[in-house]
Amino acid sequence: MKLLTANFITCSVKSCQSVTPALSFRDAELAREEIDFSPLFLRNILPRIDWPLLQRTAKELGFPALPETKPELSPIAEGDEEGVGSEEEQKLLKELHSLLLETSVQSGKLVCANCGHEYPISQGIANFLLPNHLV
Amino acid sequence: MASESTTSNPFATVLSTEAQERLSNRKLAPDAKKPDEFIIYFAQWHTTFRLAELQALAEIEGVGKMEILKYSEQSPYAIVKLEHPEKANVLIRRSILAKSIFELWGSGTDYPTIHEDVCKRIQGWWSDDFYKLPFKFEIECFLGKRPGDQHRNLVESFSYISLDGPIRMKNADLQFAVMEEYSFDNSVNPPRAFDSPDLILLGRQIGTGNRSAALKYDLKKRPYIGTTSFDAELTLVTANIALCGPAKLAYDPFAGTGSFLIACSHYGSISFGSDIDGRQVRGKKNRSVVGNYQHYNLKSFFGDVFTADITNSPVRPGLQFLDSIVCDPPYGVREGLKVLGNRDPTKTKEVIYRDGTPRHLQPDYVPPKKPYSFVQMLDDILDFSAEHLVDGGRLVMWMPTANEDLVEFGRPSHPALEEVAVCIQSFNKWSRQLLAYRRRNKDEIDMKAWEERRENKKYVASKDQKESVDELNFFRKKYFEGFKSKEAAEAAEASGDAVEQLEVEKLNLKDA
Ligand SMILES: [Zn+2]
Repeated sequence: MKLLTANFITCSVKSCQSVTPALSFRDAELAREEIDFSPLFLRNILPRIDWPLLQRTAKELGFPALPETKPELSPIAEGDEEGVGSEEEQKLLKELHSLLLETSVQSGKLVCANCGHEYPISQGIANFLLPNHLV
Repeated sequence: MASESTTSNPFATVLSTEAQERLSNRKLAPDAKKPDEFIIYFAQWHTTFRLAELQALAEIEGVGKMEILKYSEQSPYAIVKLEHPEKANVLIRRSILAKSIFELWGSGTDYPTIHEDVCKRIQGWWSDDFYKLPFKFEIECFLGKRPGDQHRNLVESFSYISLDGPIRMKNADLQFAVMEEYSFDNSVNPPRAFDSPDLILLGRQIGTGNRSAALKYDLKKRPYIGTTSFDAELTLVTANIALCGPAKLAYDPFAGTGSFLIACSHYGSISFGSDIDGRQVRGKKNRSVVGNYQHYNLKSFFGDVFTADITNSPVRPGLQFLDSIVCDPPYGVREGLKVLGNRDPTKTKEVIYRDGTPRHLQPDYVPPKKPYSFVQMLDDILDFSAEHLVDGGRLVMWMPTANEDLVEFGRPSHPALEEVAVCIQSFNKWSRQLLAYRRRNKDEIDMKAWEERRENKKYVASKDQKESVDELNFFRKKYFEGFKSKEAAEAAEASGDAVEQLEVEKLNLKDA
């Protein structure tokens, strides 16, 4: 499971869904796979990212601290169809690319702080099906 | 091509002096009307999908307003007018169902009228240099036939255009096509095409579609497929209608073996998929969804797959983050539809133990499932989409329907979703529809209606669900009752025969 995906999800149990943040990784085995860098994708996706949650996930998994607040990107200059932006922004977007898209949790658990349920992850695939007593 | 007209040529016309003068003046006229009408040459199948795909592409490629001047499901030729004609050459570059696009140079119901139209249109479009480029002419006839010995005269009847460049059959800069559309004379037996066409078009080709993608993703050559894999051609059309593209996110909540994920990623979306059946999204060692991504060299567009149930989704509530949701929800013919839960509501709240450990923590634990109605599932998909699509995002979903119910079986609707396309694929005894919805912007939504819908849903959920699986699943019931006589249906249900038949139809569809 990529860190991007982890940022979009929470505990499947209805009564946990108003509690933030609900899930944390445990016993996570990480993998890194290089994929094509698209600054435009990150620009589009950044507004949809829950920054405090990403900060927390990064910390849990032992990555260097992210900036305090979600970075504000300047609008893309005319003719910059790839959305490359300034050198500084380029560096930031590459770091985010690496964290959100190239890093994944291959095995481990996602644990709910509210109900305590553990969602297993194996071969990079998380299982969010609930046991009977939690539906 | 010489510009003299021969009186012996039945296709030729005698131009007025004025028309001749106009044509001989090959200067770019800055104030002249630029070509803004185009012929789309469609494949003559999946006809109810063609316009929906084209309209989606118009939005994706930014051609502005597209006016449909001529369109019929009986014809491969459509004519459109574009607000931004300078982008016409890319309009169909992603298209599966449009083969090529032509600048419209003229149209007519016979040769004198088309020649008149050509003379009127093309003046001032190009300077002298344009007419010196290598060119070729082709003749396309739909339904009818033009005998080979007439081709030369037919092409020469356009000689007043005065193309001065060399004829080149391969890679000509200017590729012209004369397109003739015939109709059938049904008063004779057997019916045959009339001798002369109803419509003649002249066009210059400026772009082609992407039909080859349907071959590239052919299921026969895909490493990982299953019985629910969806035929490649229509998954690509689905992804087009869902406005998939670079820097976007797509999601399939019934991903199965990932047919739709691959199609969305082909166009550049990063795709996510989930399924209640974890074995399907996981696959086996070399045969898996990820394996297919590797096979097609699309790894950079793979988001994730996970095991989840749409009625207990782990997606954060209220998060609008998806650009496209595409799916072919399960039909439930084999076992009836299932979601997480227990048939007996009194059983639900206790942790079950076996051998001293909680049953649900044991690796072989399979959560119990309860019956789920098809109509309820469609409503859940719409609710999920309304909640999680970005403004302007699209839900494109497939819905099976027995033919006899096409009219009465209403399509699901939602206050936050605007229906933008309905396309139908028909088989022998059943059909399925593609339904496309656009997520409305906040200020377009009737919030009161949405709130009422939520309340109503809570009420329905609180009712005891003890109906039989058949009553819950409209399509399944129709399937067993409607496609066969009643007695045969019962016998077939007992033997599993009918299920097999559906699978066969699905396979045929893949091969088609
Ligand atoms: Zn929880």
